[in-house]
Amino acid sequence: MDKTVNQKAWFLVLPVFLVVAFSAVLPLMTVVNYSMQDTFGNNQFFWNGVGWFKELLDPSTDLGGRFLASLGRNLFFSLVILAIEVPLGIVVALSMPRQGWTVAACLVTLALPLLIPWNVVGTIWQIFGRPDIGLLGYTLNAMGIDYNYVSDAVDAWVTVIVMDVWHWTSLVALLCYAGLKSIPEAYYQAAQIDGASRWAVFKAIQLPKMNRVLLIAVLLRFMDSFMIYTEPFVVTGGGPGNSTTFVSIELVKIALGQFDLGKAAALSLVYNLIILIVCWIFYTVMTNAGVERKAQTAKEPAAEPKPAGALQPAPALTPKEGVA
Amino acid sequence: MHSIPGRRLIMGLFLIFLLLPIYWLVNMSFKTNGEIISTMTLWPHAPTLQHYRRIFTDESWYSGYINSLEYVVINTLISISVALPAAYAFSRYRFLGDKHLFFWLLSNRMAPAAVYALPFFNLYSAIGLFDTPWAVALAHCIFNVPLAVWILEGFVSGVPREIDETAFLDGYSFPRFFVRILVPLIASGIGVAAFFCFMFSWVELLLARTLTSVNAKPIAAVMTRTVSAAGMDWGLLAAAGVLTIIPGALVIWFVRNYIARGFALGRV
Repeated sequence: MDKTVNQKAWFLVLPVFLVVAFSAVLPLMTVVNYSMQDTFGNNQFFWNGVGWFKELLDPSTDLGGRFLASLGRNLFFSLVILAIEVPLGIVVALSMPRQGWTVAACLVTLALPLLIPWNVVGTIWQIFGRPDIGLLGYTLNAMGIDYNYVSDAVDAWVTVIVMDVWHWTSLVALLCYAGLKSIPEAYYQAAQIDGASRWAVFKAIQLPKMNRVLLIAVLLRFMDSFMIYTEPFVVTGGGPGNSTTFVSIELVKIALGQFDLGKAAALSLVYNLIILIVCWIFYTVMTNAGVERKAQTAKEPAAEPKPAGALQPAPALTPKEGVA
Repeated sequence: MHSIPGRRLIMGLFLIFLLLPIYWLVNMSFKTNGEIISTMTLWPHAPTLQHYRRIFTDESWYSGYINSLEYVVINTLISISVALPAAYAFSRYRFLGDKHLFFWLLSNRMAPAAVYALPFFNLYSAIGLFDTPWAVALAHCIFNVPLAVWILEGFVSGVPREIDETAFLDGYSFPRFFVRILVPLIASGIGVAAFFCFMFSWVELLLARTLTSVNAKPIAAVMTRTVSAAGMDWGLLAAAGVLTIIPGALVIWFVRNYIARGFALGRV
Protein backbone atom coordinates (compact mmCIF):
# COMPACT_ATOMS: atom_id res chain seq x y z
CA MET A 1 0.00 0.00 0.00
CA ASP A 2 2.58 2.50 1.08
CA LYS A 3 5.32 1.13 -1.11
CA THR A 4 7.68 3.68 -2.56
CA VAL A 5 8.38 3.81 -6.27
CA ASN A 6 11.95 2.80 -6.90
CA GLN A 7 13.05 1.61 -10.32
CA LYS A 8 16.40 0.47 -8.93
CA ALA A 9 14.54 -2.38 -7.29
CA TRP A 10 14.86 -4.06 -10.68
CA PHE A 11 18.46 -4.80 -9.83
CA LEU A 12 17.28 -6.85 -6.86
CA VAL A 13 14.84 -8.75 -9.02
CA LEU A 14 17.26 -9.28 -11.87
CA PRO A 15 18.79 -12.58 -10.62
CA VAL A 16 15.36 -14.13 -10.28
CA PHE A 17 14.37 -12.83 -13.66
CA LEU A 18 17.45 -14.31 -15.31
CA VAL A 19 17.18 -17.71 -13.65
CA VAL A 20 13.50 -18.12 -14.39
CA ALA A 21 13.81 -16.72 -17.89
CA PHE A 22 16.56 -19.23 -18.60
CA SER A 23 14.50 -22.15 -17.39
CA ALA A 24 11.08 -20.99 -18.56
CA VAL A 25 11.18 -18.60 -21.51
CA LEU A 26 13.90 -20.33 -23.46
CA PRO A 27 12.27 -23.78 -23.38
CA LEU A 28 8.86 -22.31 -24.05
CA MET A 29 10.18 -20.66 -27.20
CA THR A 30 11.38 -24.07 -28.39
CA VAL A 31 7.90 -25.39 -27.79
CA VAL A 32 6.34 -22.57 -29.82
CA ASN A 33 8.83 -23.27 -32.57
CA TYR A 34 8.07 -27.00 -32.69
CA SER A 35 4.34 -26.45 -32.58
CA MET A 36 4.44 -24.78 -35.97
CA GLN A 37 6.61 -27.32 -37.73
CA ASP A 38 6.62 -30.89 -38.90
CA THR A 39 9.53 -33.19 -39.59
CA PHE A 40 10.39 -36.29 -41.56
CA GLY A 41 13.24 -36.99 -39.19
CA ASN A 42 16.93 -36.18 -39.63
CA ASN A 43 16.33 -32.73 -38.18
CA GLN A 44 14.66 -31.53 -41.38
CA PHE A 45 11.76 -29.38 -40.42
CA PHE A 46 9.16 -27.67 -42.54
CA TRP A 47 6.48 -25.13 -41.78
CA ASN A 48 3.15 -26.49 -40.69
CA GLY A 49 1.43 -23.33 -39.48
CA VAL A 50 -1.50 -23.96 -37.20
CA GLY A 51 -1.99 -27.48 -38.53
CA TRP A 52 -1.23 -29.20 -35.26
CA PHE A 53 -3.56 -26.92 -33.35
CA LYS A 54 -6.40 -27.65 -35.76
CA GLU A 55 -5.81 -31.35 -35.37
CA LEU A 56 -5.58 -31.02 -31.60
CA LEU A 57 -8.96 -29.36 -31.25
CA ASP A 58 -10.72 -31.62 -33.72
CA PRO A 59 -12.08 -34.68 -31.89
CA SER A 60 -12.31 -36.75 -35.08
CA THR A 61 -8.54 -37.01 -35.50
CA ASP A 62 -6.40 -39.35 -33.45
CA LEU A 63 -4.53 -36.55 -31.66
CA GLY A 64 -7.62 -34.47 -30.98
CA GLY A 65 -9.56 -37.48 -29.76
CA ARG A 66 -6.84 -38.45 -27.33
CA PHE A 67 -6.36 -34.90 -26.09
CA LEU A 68 -10.02 -34.16 -25.53
CA ALA A 69 -10.62 -37.53 -23.91
CA SER A 70 -7.73 -37.06 -21.47
CA LEU A 71 -8.84 -33.49 -20.82
CA GLY A 72 -12.32 -34.70 -20.00
CA ARG A 73 -10.96 -37.40 -17.69
CA ASN A 74 -8.73 -34.87 -16.00
CA LEU A 75 -11.52 -32.35 -15.41
CA PHE A 76 -13.72 -35.11 -14.03
CA PHE A 77 -10.89 -36.24 -11.78
CA SER A 78 -10.30 -32.69 -10.51
CA LEU A 79 -13.98 -32.17 -9.76
CA VAL A 80 -14.31 -35.46 -7.91
CA ILE A 81 -11.28 -34.93 -5.72
CA LEU A 82 -12.34 -31.34 -4.95
CA ALA A 83 -15.81 -32.55 -3.99
CA ILE A 84 -14.26 -35.01 -1.55
CA GLU A 85 -11.20 -33.19 -0.27
CA VAL A 86 -12.73 -29.80 0.50
CA PRO A 87 -15.56 -30.95 2.81
CA LEU A 88 -13.36 -33.62 4.35
CA GLY A 89 -10.57 -31.11 4.89
CA ILE A 90 -12.95 -28.70 6.65
CA VAL A 91 -14.25 -31.46 8.90
CA VAL A 92 -10.72 -32.56 9.78
CA ALA A 93 -9.67 -28.96 10.50
CA LEU A 94 -12.66 -28.55 12.81
CA SER A 95 -11.72 -31.80 14.55
CA MET A 96 -8.24 -30.60 15.44
CA PRO A 97 -7.56 -30.81 19.17
CA ARG A 98 -7.60 -27.45 20.93
CA GLN A 99 -4.34 -27.46 22.82
CA GLY A 100 -1.60 -29.57 24.29
CA TRP A 101 0.96 -31.81 22.66
CA THR A 102 -1.72 -33.51 20.54
CA VAL A 103 -1.95 -30.39 18.36
CA ALA A 104 1.65 -30.71 17.26
CA ALA A 105 1.32 -34.47 16.88
CA CYS A 106 -1.74 -34.08 14.65
CA LEU A 107 -0.09 -31.35 12.58
CA VAL A 108 2.98 -33.47 11.96
CA THR A 109 0.99 -36.58 11.07
CA LEU A 110 -1.28 -34.60 8.77
CA ALA A 111 1.69 -33.11 6.99
CA LEU A 112 3.41 -36.45 6.52
CA PRO A 113 1.74 -37.50 3.23
CA LEU A 114 2.44 -34.07 1.74
CA LEU A 115 6.18 -34.57 2.08
CA ILE A 116 6.46 -38.03 0.57
CA PRO A 117 7.99 -38.09 -2.90
CA TRP A 118 5.22 -38.43 -5.43
CA ASN A 119 6.47 -41.63 -6.96
CA VAL A 120 6.68 -43.16 -3.48
CA VAL A 121 3.06 -42.14 -2.92
CA GLY A 122 2.34 -44.13 -6.04
CA THR A 123 4.45 -47.03 -4.79
CA ILE A 124 2.72 -47.03 -1.40
CA TRP A 125 -0.71 -47.34 -2.99
CA GLN A 126 0.48 -49.75 -5.62
CA ILE A 127 1.58 -52.08 -2.85
CA PHE A 128 -1.31 -51.29 -0.51
CA GLY A 129 -3.95 -51.98 -3.15
CA ARG A 130 -2.61 -55.19 -4.63
CA PRO A 131 -4.93 -58.14 -4.10
CA ASP A 132 -2.08 -60.55 -3.42
CA ILE A 133 0.25 -58.61 -1.12
CA GLY A 134 -1.56 -55.39 -0.19
CA LEU A 135 -3.63 -54.96 2.94
CA LEU A 136 -6.40 -53.04 1.18
CA GLY A 137 -6.72 -55.27 -1.85
CA TYR A 138 -6.45 -58.42 0.21
CA THR A 139 -9.06 -57.30 2.74
CA LEU A 140 -11.51 -56.18 0.05
CA ASN A 141 -11.18 -59.44 -1.81
CA ALA A 142 -11.50 -61.43 1.41
CA MET A 143 -14.74 -59.57 2.07
CA GLY A 144 -16.02 -60.82 -1.25
CA ILE A 145 -15.58 -57.60 -3.23
CA ASP A 146 -13.84 -58.26 -6.49
CA TYR A 147 -11.20 -55.56 -6.50
CA ASN A 148 -8.26 -55.37 -8.87
CA TYR A 149 -6.97 -51.95 -9.99
CA VAL A 150 -4.81 -53.44 -12.72
CA SER A 151 -7.58 -54.95 -14.78
CA ASP A 152 -10.74 -53.07 -13.83
CA ALA A 153 -11.22 -49.45 -14.90
CA VAL A 154 -13.59 -48.53 -12.07
CA ASP A 155 -11.25 -50.00 -9.47
CA ALA A 156 -8.34 -48.12 -11.01
CA TRP A 157 -10.30 -44.86 -10.79
CA VAL A 158 -11.30 -45.50 -7.20
CA THR A 159 -7.69 -46.26 -6.31
CA VAL A 160 -6.37 -43.10 -7.97
CA ILE A 161 -9.01 -40.94 -6.29
CA VAL A 162 -8.54 -42.48 -2.84
CA MET A 163 -4.81 -42.05 -3.28
CA ASP A 164 -5.22 -38.38 -4.09
CA VAL A 165 -7.56 -37.89 -1.13
CA TRP A 166 -4.97 -39.58 1.06
CA HIS A 167 -2.18 -37.47 -0.38
CA TRP A 168 -3.73 -33.99 -0.41
CA THR A 169 -6.70 -33.73 1.98
CA SER A 170 -4.18 -32.74 4.63
CA LEU A 171 -3.32 -29.64 2.62
CA VAL A 172 -6.93 -28.44 2.68
CA ALA A 173 -7.16 -29.33 6.36
CA LEU A 174 -3.97 -27.47 7.27
CA LEU A 175 -5.02 -24.38 5.34
CA CYS A 176 -8.45 -24.39 6.99
CA TYR A 177 -6.85 -24.88 10.37
CA ALA A 178 -4.64 -21.85 9.76
CA GLY A 179 -7.77 -19.87 8.85
CA LEU A 180 -9.63 -21.07 11.93
CA LYS A 181 -6.76 -20.17 14.21
CA SER A 182 -6.90 -16.54 13.10
CA ILE A 183 -10.45 -16.16 14.48
CA PRO A 184 -10.28 -14.14 17.69
CA GLU A 185 -11.65 -15.77 20.82
CA ALA A 186 -14.02 -12.81 21.30
CA TYR A 187 -16.10 -13.95 18.32
CA TYR A 188 -16.82 -17.26 20.00
CA GLN A 189 -17.59 -15.55 23.30
CA ALA A 190 -20.06 -13.28 21.56
CA ALA A 191 -21.67 -16.28 19.90
CA GLN A 192 -21.95 -18.05 23.23
CA ILE A 193 -23.66 -15.04 24.81
CA ASP A 194 -26.11 -14.98 21.92
CA GLY A 195 -26.76 -18.67 22.43
CA ALA A 196 -25.78 -19.55 18.87
CA SER A 197 -25.95 -23.20 17.87
CA ARG A 198 -22.88 -25.10 16.65
CA TRP A 199 -24.11 -24.91 13.08
CA ALA A 200 -24.76 -21.17 13.35
CA VAL A 201 -21.24 -20.61 14.65
CA PHE A 202 -19.87 -22.55 11.70
CA LYS A 203 -22.00 -20.72 9.15
CA ALA A 204 -21.73 -17.20 10.53
CA ILE A 205 -18.21 -17.13 11.96
CA GLN A 206 -15.99 -19.97 10.85
CA LEU A 207 -16.97 -20.34 7.21
CA PRO A 208 -16.71 -16.61 6.34
CA LYS A 209 -13.35 -16.43 8.09
CA MET A 210 -12.13 -19.46 6.18
CA ASN A 211 -13.29 -18.03 2.89
CA ARG A 212 -9.91 -16.90 1.75
CA VAL A 213 -7.92 -19.98 2.72
CA LEU A 214 -10.61 -22.18 1.21
CA LEU A 215 -10.35 -20.33 -2.06
CA ILE A 216 -6.59 -20.77 -2.03
CA ALA A 217 -7.03 -24.45 -1.22
CA VAL A 218 -9.53 -25.01 -4.04
CA LEU A 219 -7.40 -23.27 -6.64
CA LEU A 220 -4.19 -24.98 -5.55
CA ARG A 221 -5.84 -28.36 -5.54
CA PHE A 222 -7.44 -27.72 -8.90
CA MET A 223 -4.18 -26.73 -10.53
CA ASP A 224 -2.13 -29.49 -8.99
CA SER A 225 -4.67 -32.16 -9.81
CA PHE A 226 -4.90 -30.79 -13.32
CA MET A 227 -1.24 -31.51 -13.91
CA ILE A 228 -1.07 -34.77 -11.99
CA TYR A 229 1.39 -37.18 -13.51
CA THR A 230 3.59 -39.22 -11.23
CA GLU A 231 1.14 -40.89 -8.87
CA PRO A 232 -1.29 -42.40 -11.39
CA PHE A 233 1.63 -43.17 -13.69
CA VAL A 234 3.25 -45.31 -11.01
CA VAL A 235 0.04 -46.99 -9.86
CA THR A 236 -1.87 -47.66 -13.06
CA GLY A 237 0.45 -46.47 -15.80
CA GLY A 238 -2.58 -44.73 -17.32
CA GLY A 239 -4.48 -47.96 -17.68
CA PRO A 240 -6.26 -50.27 -17.87
CA GLY A 241 -6.47 -49.24 -21.50
CA ASN A 242 -6.53 -45.47 -21.38
CA SER A 243 -8.99 -45.16 -18.53
CA THR A 244 -6.70 -43.24 -16.15
CA THR A 245 -4.59 -41.43 -18.74
CA PHE A 246 -4.61 -37.77 -17.72
CA VAL A 247 -3.37 -34.86 -19.81
CA SER A 248 0.20 -34.92 -18.49
CA ILE A 249 0.51 -38.65 -19.03
CA GLU A 250 -0.82 -38.29 -22.58
CA LEU A 251 1.59 -35.43 -23.22
CA VAL A 252 4.62 -37.33 -21.98
CA LYS A 253 3.59 -40.34 -24.07
CA ILE A 254 3.47 -38.20 -27.21
CA ALA A 255 6.57 -36.14 -26.43
CA LEU A 256 9.03 -38.63 -24.94
CA GLY A 257 7.46 -41.91 -26.00
CA GLN A 258 6.68 -41.26 -29.65
CA PHE A 259 8.94 -38.22 -29.97
CA ASP A 260 6.18 -36.50 -31.92
CA LEU A 261 7.52 -33.00 -31.39
CA GLY A 262 4.94 -30.96 -33.26
CA LYS A 263 1.92 -32.63 -31.71
CA ALA A 264 3.43 -32.57 -28.24
CA ALA A 265 4.32 -28.90 -28.55
CA ALA A 266 0.83 -27.90 -29.70
CA LEU A 267 -0.67 -29.86 -26.82
CA SER A 268 1.78 -28.25 -24.41
CA LEU A 269 0.78 -24.75 -25.45
CA VAL A 270 -2.95 -25.35 -25.14
CA TYR A 271 -2.40 -27.11 -21.83
CA ASN A 272 -0.25 -24.25 -20.58
CA LEU A 273 -2.84 -21.72 -21.69
CA ILE A 274 -5.54 -23.41 -19.63
CA ILE A 275 -3.27 -23.41 -16.57
CA LEU A 276 -2.40 -19.76 -17.20
CA ILE A 277 -6.06 -18.72 -17.18
CA VAL A 278 -6.76 -20.53 -13.92
CA CYS A 279 -3.55 -19.12 -12.52
CA TRP A 280 -4.66 -15.61 -13.38
CA ILE A 281 -7.91 -16.14 -11.49
CA PHE A 282 -5.87 -17.42 -8.57
CA TYR A 283 -3.59 -14.39 -8.64
CA THR A 284 -6.47 -11.92 -8.83
CA VAL A 285 -8.19 -13.60 -5.91
CA MET A 286 -5.02 -13.58 -3.83
CA THR A 287 -4.11 -9.97 -4.44
CA ASN A 288 -7.68 -8.72 -3.98
CA ALA A 289 -7.99 -10.64 -0.75
CA GLY A 290 -4.65 -9.19 0.32
CA VAL A 291 -5.85 -5.62 -0.24
CA GLU A 292 -9.13 -6.28 1.58
CA ARG A 293 -7.29 -7.80 4.46
CA LYS A 294 -4.93 -4.87 4.85
CA ALA A 295 -7.89 -2.50 4.86
CA GLN A 296 -9.52 -4.66 7.49
CA THR A 297 -6.54 -4.85 9.82
CA ALA A 298 -6.15 -1.09 9.52
CA LYS A 299 -9.75 -0.55 10.58
CA GLU A 300 -10.07 -3.25 13.18
CA PRO A 301 -8.40 -1.77 16.28
CA ALA A 302 -10.82 1.16 16.19
CA ALA A 303 -13.91 -0.96 15.66
CA GLU A 304 -13.02 -3.45 18.39
CA PRO A 305 -15.88 -4.41 20.71
CA LYS A 306 -14.96 -2.70 23.94
CA PRO A 307 -16.20 -5.17 26.59
CA ALA A 308 -14.14 -8.02 25.19
CA GLY A 309 -11.19 -5.72 24.78
CA ALA A 310 -11.32 -4.80 28.42
CA LEU A 311 -11.25 -8.41 29.54
CA GLN A 312 -8.41 -9.53 27.34
CA PRO A 313 -5.03 -8.19 26.36
CA ALA A 314 -5.57 -6.29 23.13
CA PRO A 315 -2.95 -8.03 20.94
CA ALA A 316 -4.86 -11.29 21.16
CA LEU A 317 -7.70 -9.70 19.25
CA THR A 318 -5.88 -8.72 16.12
CA PRO A 319 -5.10 -11.45 13.60
CA LYS A 320 -1.52 -12.48 14.11
CA GLU A 321 -0.31 -12.95 10.59
CA GLY A 322 -0.49 -9.54 9.03
CA VAL A 323 0.97 -10.80 5.79
CA ALA A 324 -0.46 -10.74 2.32
CA MET B 1 -16.59 -23.86 20.58
CA HIS B 2 -13.88 -24.39 18.00
CA SER B 3 -14.54 -28.00 17.35
CA ILE B 4 -17.36 -30.30 16.45
CA PRO B 5 -18.96 -33.23 18.27
CA GLY B 6 -17.16 -36.52 17.82
CA ARG B 7 -14.02 -34.74 16.82
CA ARG B 8 -11.71 -37.22 18.54
CA LEU B 9 -13.27 -40.06 16.59
CA ILE B 10 -13.06 -38.21 13.26
CA MET B 11 -9.47 -37.17 13.84
CA GLY B 12 -8.54 -40.67 14.97
CA LEU B 13 -10.09 -42.30 11.93
CA PHE B 14 -8.48 -39.85 9.57
CA LEU B 15 -5.05 -40.32 11.11
CA ILE B 16 -5.45 -44.09 10.84
CA PHE B 17 -6.39 -43.65 7.19
CA LEU B 18 -3.21 -41.60 6.69
CA LEU B 19 -0.90 -43.90 8.58
CA LEU B 20 -2.14 -47.31 7.50
CA PRO B 21 -0.63 -47.30 3.97
CA ILE B 22 2.64 -45.93 5.37
CA TYR B 23 2.66 -48.64 8.01
CA TRP B 24 2.16 -51.24 5.31
CA LEU B 25 5.17 -49.94 3.42
CA VAL B 26 7.35 -50.03 6.55
CA ASN B 27 6.00 -53.45 7.41
CA MET B 28 6.90 -54.82 3.98
CA SER B 29 10.37 -53.35 4.05
CA PHE B 30 11.22 -55.60 7.01
CA LYS B 31 9.84 -58.78 5.50
CA THR B 32 11.64 -61.26 3.33
CA ASN B 33 10.33 -61.53 -0.20
CA GLY B 34 9.24 -65.07 0.54
CA GLU B 35 7.05 -63.88 3.40
CA ILE B 36 5.60 -61.04 1.31
CA ILE B 37 4.48 -63.29 -1.51
CA SER B 38 3.49 -66.46 0.33
CA THR B 39 1.51 -65.22 3.33
CA MET B 40 -0.52 -62.23 4.45
CA THR B 41 0.97 -61.12 7.76
CA LEU B 42 0.11 -57.95 9.62
CA TRP B 43 3.61 -57.58 10.99
CA PRO B 44 6.91 -59.16 9.92
CA HIS B 45 7.16 -62.60 11.53
CA ALA B 46 10.77 -63.00 10.55
CA PRO B 47 12.04 -59.40 10.56
CA THR B 48 15.02 -58.85 8.34
CA LEU B 49 17.25 -55.93 7.45
CA GLN B 50 18.43 -57.51 4.22
CA HIS B 51 16.72 -54.92 2.00
CA TYR B 52 18.22 -51.99 3.87
CA ARG B 53 21.60 -53.66 3.87
CA ARG B 54 21.37 -54.14 0.12
CA ILE B 55 20.56 -50.45 -0.43
CA PHE B 56 23.41 -49.25 1.76
CA THR B 57 25.97 -51.56 0.17
CA ASP B 58 24.94 -51.59 -3.50
CA GLU B 59 26.36 -48.51 -5.19
CA SER B 60 23.67 -48.27 -7.84
CA TRP B 61 21.19 -47.85 -4.98
CA TYR B 62 22.87 -45.53 -2.54
CA SER B 63 24.30 -43.37 -5.29
CA GLY B 64 20.70 -42.63 -6.22
CA TYR B 65 20.20 -40.99 -2.84
CA ILE B 66 23.43 -39.06 -3.15
CA ASN B 67 22.50 -37.83 -6.64
CA SER B 68 19.08 -36.74 -5.44
CA LEU B 69 20.52 -34.93 -2.43
CA GLU B 70 23.09 -33.25 -4.65
CA TYR B 71 20.66 -31.58 -7.01
CA VAL B 72 18.19 -30.83 -4.24
CA VAL B 73 20.84 -28.98 -2.23
CA ILE B 74 22.15 -27.07 -5.26
CA ASN B 75 18.62 -26.12 -6.18
CA THR B 76 17.76 -24.94 -2.67
CA LEU B 77 20.88 -22.79 -2.50
CA ILE B 78 20.24 -21.17 -5.88
CA SER B 79 16.56 -20.62 -5.17
CA ILE B 80 17.04 -18.99 -1.79
CA SER B 81 19.95 -16.79 -2.79
CA VAL B 82 18.25 -15.31 -5.85
CA ALA B 83 14.86 -15.11 -4.18
CA LEU B 84 15.96 -13.14 -1.11
CA PRO B 85 16.71 -9.79 -2.79
CA ALA B 86 13.71 -10.17 -5.07
CA ALA B 87 11.41 -10.82 -2.12
CA TYR B 88 12.68 -7.66 -0.48
CA ALA B 89 12.12 -5.66 -3.68
CA PHE B 90 8.57 -6.97 -4.12
CA SER B 91 7.76 -6.31 -0.50
CA ARG B 92 9.14 -2.78 -0.23
CA TYR B 93 9.13 -1.08 -3.62
CA ARG B 94 6.94 -0.38 -6.59
CA PHE B 95 8.67 -0.53 -9.92
CA LEU B 96 7.92 -0.86 -13.59
CA GLY B 97 6.15 -4.15 -14.26
CA ASP B 98 6.29 -5.40 -10.69
CA LYS B 99 2.80 -6.88 -10.67
CA HIS B 100 3.23 -8.54 -14.05
CA LEU B 101 6.53 -9.99 -12.95
CA PHE B 102 5.01 -11.34 -9.76
CA PHE B 103 2.23 -12.99 -11.74
CA TRP B 104 4.66 -14.37 -14.28
CA LEU B 105 6.63 -16.00 -11.48
CA LEU B 106 3.48 -17.57 -10.10
CA SER B 107 2.49 -18.88 -13.51
CA ASN B 108 5.80 -20.71 -13.68
CA ARG B 109 5.20 -22.32 -10.31
CA MET B 110 1.91 -23.64 -11.69
CA ALA B 111 3.17 -24.74 -15.10
CA PRO B 112 2.88 -28.49 -15.66
CA ALA B 113 6.27 -30.17 -15.58
CA ALA B 114 5.21 -32.39 -18.48
CA VAL B 115 5.19 -29.33 -20.77
CA TYR B 116 8.84 -28.64 -20.00
CA ALA B 117 10.16 -32.19 -20.06
CA LEU B 118 10.99 -32.26 -23.76
CA PRO B 119 12.37 -28.72 -24.22
CA PHE B 120 14.49 -29.11 -21.09
CA PHE B 121 15.88 -32.32 -22.50
CA ASN B 122 16.88 -30.46 -25.68
CA LEU B 123 18.17 -27.39 -23.85
CA TYR B 124 20.37 -29.17 -21.35
CA SER B 125 21.67 -31.60 -23.95
CA ALA B 126 22.64 -28.64 -26.11
CA ILE B 127 24.62 -26.90 -23.39
CA GLY B 128 26.25 -30.11 -22.19
CA LEU B 129 24.64 -30.29 -18.77
CA PHE B 130 22.54 -33.36 -19.49
CA ASP B 131 22.95 -36.09 -16.88
CA THR B 132 24.52 -33.78 -14.31
CA PRO B 133 22.96 -32.64 -11.04
CA TRP B 134 23.13 -29.06 -12.35
CA ALA B 135 20.61 -29.78 -15.08
CA VAL B 136 18.03 -31.02 -12.61
CA ALA B 137 18.85 -28.28 -10.10
CA LEU B 138 18.35 -25.56 -12.72
CA ALA B 139 15.24 -27.22 -14.09
CA HIS B 140 13.66 -27.36 -10.65
CA CYS B 141 14.29 -23.62 -10.29
CA ILE B 142 11.29 -23.11 -12.52
CA PHE B 143 8.92 -23.91 -9.67
CA ASN B 144 11.15 -23.40 -6.64
CA VAL B 145 12.36 -19.87 -7.31
CA PRO B 146 8.80 -18.49 -7.58
CA LEU B 147 7.84 -20.48 -4.49
CA ALA B 148 10.76 -19.03 -2.52
CA VAL B 149 9.99 -15.50 -3.70
CA TRP B 150 6.34 -15.79 -2.68
CA ILE B 151 7.06 -17.28 0.74
CA LEU B 152 9.89 -14.87 1.54
CA GLU B 153 7.87 -11.87 0.38
CA GLY B 154 5.32 -12.71 3.04
CA PHE B 155 7.97 -12.90 5.73
CA VAL B 156 9.74 -9.69 4.64
CA SER B 157 6.41 -7.86 4.69
CA GLY B 158 6.08 -8.91 8.31
CA VAL B 159 9.18 -6.87 9.18
CA PRO B 160 8.19 -3.26 9.93
CA ARG B 161 9.54 -0.68 7.49
CA GLU B 162 10.76 1.43 10.38
CA ILE B 163 13.57 -1.07 10.90
CA ASP B 164 14.90 -0.45 7.38
CA GLU B 165 14.64 3.30 7.81
CA THR B 166 16.38 3.29 11.18
CA ALA B 167 19.17 1.13 9.84
CA PHE B 168 19.74 3.44 6.88
CA LEU B 169 19.70 6.47 9.20
CA ASP B 170 22.31 4.74 11.31
CA GLY B 171 24.51 4.65 8.23
CA TYR B 172 24.14 1.03 7.22
CA SER B 173 24.85 0.45 3.54
CA PHE B 174 22.26 -1.64 1.71
CA PRO B 175 24.26 -4.90 1.53
CA ARG B 176 25.30 -4.57 5.16
CA PHE B 177 21.72 -3.88 6.24
CA PHE B 178 20.57 -6.87 4.24
CA VAL B 179 23.03 -9.34 5.71
CA ARG B 180 23.33 -8.03 9.25
CA ILE B 181 19.75 -6.97 9.98
CA LEU B 182 17.18 -8.28 7.51
CA VAL B 183 18.42 -11.84 7.11
CA PRO B 184 18.59 -12.53 10.88
CA LEU B 185 15.11 -11.02 11.27
CA ILE B 186 13.54 -13.35 8.73
CA ALA B 187 15.71 -16.35 9.59
CA SER B 188 12.68 -18.51 10.32
CA GLY B 189 11.20 -17.49 6.96
CA ILE B 190 14.37 -18.49 5.18
CA GLY B 191 14.27 -21.80 6.98
CA VAL B 192 10.69 -22.37 5.89
CA ALA B 193 11.41 -21.37 2.28
CA ALA B 194 14.48 -23.61 2.19
CA PHE B 195 12.49 -26.50 3.59
CA PHE B 196 9.84 -26.13 0.91
CA CYS B 197 12.37 -25.79 -1.89
CA PHE B 198 14.06 -28.91 -0.58
CA MET B 199 10.78 -30.74 -0.38
CA PHE B 200 9.40 -29.85 -3.79
CA SER B 201 12.68 -30.69 -5.45
CA TRP B 202 12.87 -33.95 -3.52
CA VAL B 203 9.36 -35.12 -4.44
CA GLU B 204 9.57 -34.28 -8.16
CA LEU B 205 10.18 -37.21 -10.48
CA LEU B 206 9.29 -36.35 -14.07
CA LEU B 207 11.95 -33.70 -14.76
CA ALA B 208 14.58 -35.41 -12.67
CA ARG B 209 14.07 -38.63 -14.59
CA THR B 210 14.00 -36.97 -18.00
CA LEU B 211 17.20 -34.99 -17.47
CA THR B 212 19.39 -37.82 -16.24
CA SER B 213 20.45 -41.17 -17.62
CA VAL B 214 23.31 -42.81 -15.76
CA ASN B 215 25.60 -40.61 -13.71
CA ALA B 216 23.10 -38.37 -11.99
CA LYS B 217 20.18 -40.77 -11.76
CA PRO B 218 17.92 -39.78 -8.85
CA ILE B 219 16.62 -42.29 -6.35
CA ALA B 220 13.10 -41.91 -7.74
CA ALA B 221 14.30 -43.20 -11.10
CA VAL B 222 16.37 -45.96 -9.53
CA MET B 223 13.25 -47.15 -7.77
CA THR B 224 11.41 -47.74 -11.03
CA ARG B 225 14.10 -50.25 -11.89
CA THR B 226 12.82 -52.91 -9.51
CA VAL B 227 9.79 -53.24 -11.76
CA SER B 228 11.75 -54.76 -14.58
CA ALA B 229 13.96 -56.99 -12.44
CA ALA B 230 13.30 -60.73 -12.54
CA GLY B 231 9.99 -60.81 -10.72
CA MET B 232 9.25 -57.85 -8.51
CA ASP B 233 11.50 -57.16 -5.57
CA TRP B 234 8.77 -55.77 -3.33
CA GLY B 235 10.78 -55.74 -0.14
CA LEU B 236 13.58 -53.76 -1.72
CA LEU B 237 11.13 -51.31 -3.28
CA ALA B 238 9.43 -50.80 0.07
CA ALA B 239 12.74 -50.25 1.86
CA ALA B 240 13.80 -47.67 -0.74
CA GLY B 241 10.46 -45.93 -0.32
CA VAL B 242 10.80 -45.79 3.45
CA LEU B 243 14.24 -44.23 3.10
CA THR B 244 12.86 -41.46 0.87
CA ILE B 245 10.22 -40.56 3.46
CA ILE B 246 12.72 -40.14 6.28
CA PRO B 247 14.27 -36.73 5.38
CA GLY B 248 10.86 -35.07 5.23
CA ALA B 249 9.63 -36.79 8.35
CA LEU B 250 12.69 -35.63 10.27
CA VAL B 251 12.45 -31.91 9.52
CA ILE B 252 8.68 -31.65 9.51
CA TRP B 253 8.79 -30.96 13.25
CA PHE B 254 10.65 -27.70 12.79
CA VAL B 255 8.24 -26.25 10.26
CA ARG B 256 5.00 -27.66 11.67
CA ASN B 257 3.58 -24.21 12.38
CA TYR B 258 4.44 -22.93 8.91
CA ILE B 259 3.33 -25.93 6.87
CA ALA B 260 0.09 -24.32 5.72
CA ARG B 261 1.87 -21.11 4.85
CA GLY B 262 4.50 -22.87 2.80
CA PHE B 263 2.05 -24.90 0.77
CA ALA B 264 -0.10 -21.82 0.15
CA LEU B 265 2.92 -19.88 -1.19
CA GLY B 266 3.15 -17.72 1.91
CA ARG B 267 -0.41 -16.52 1.53
CA VAL B 268 -2.05 -17.71 4.74
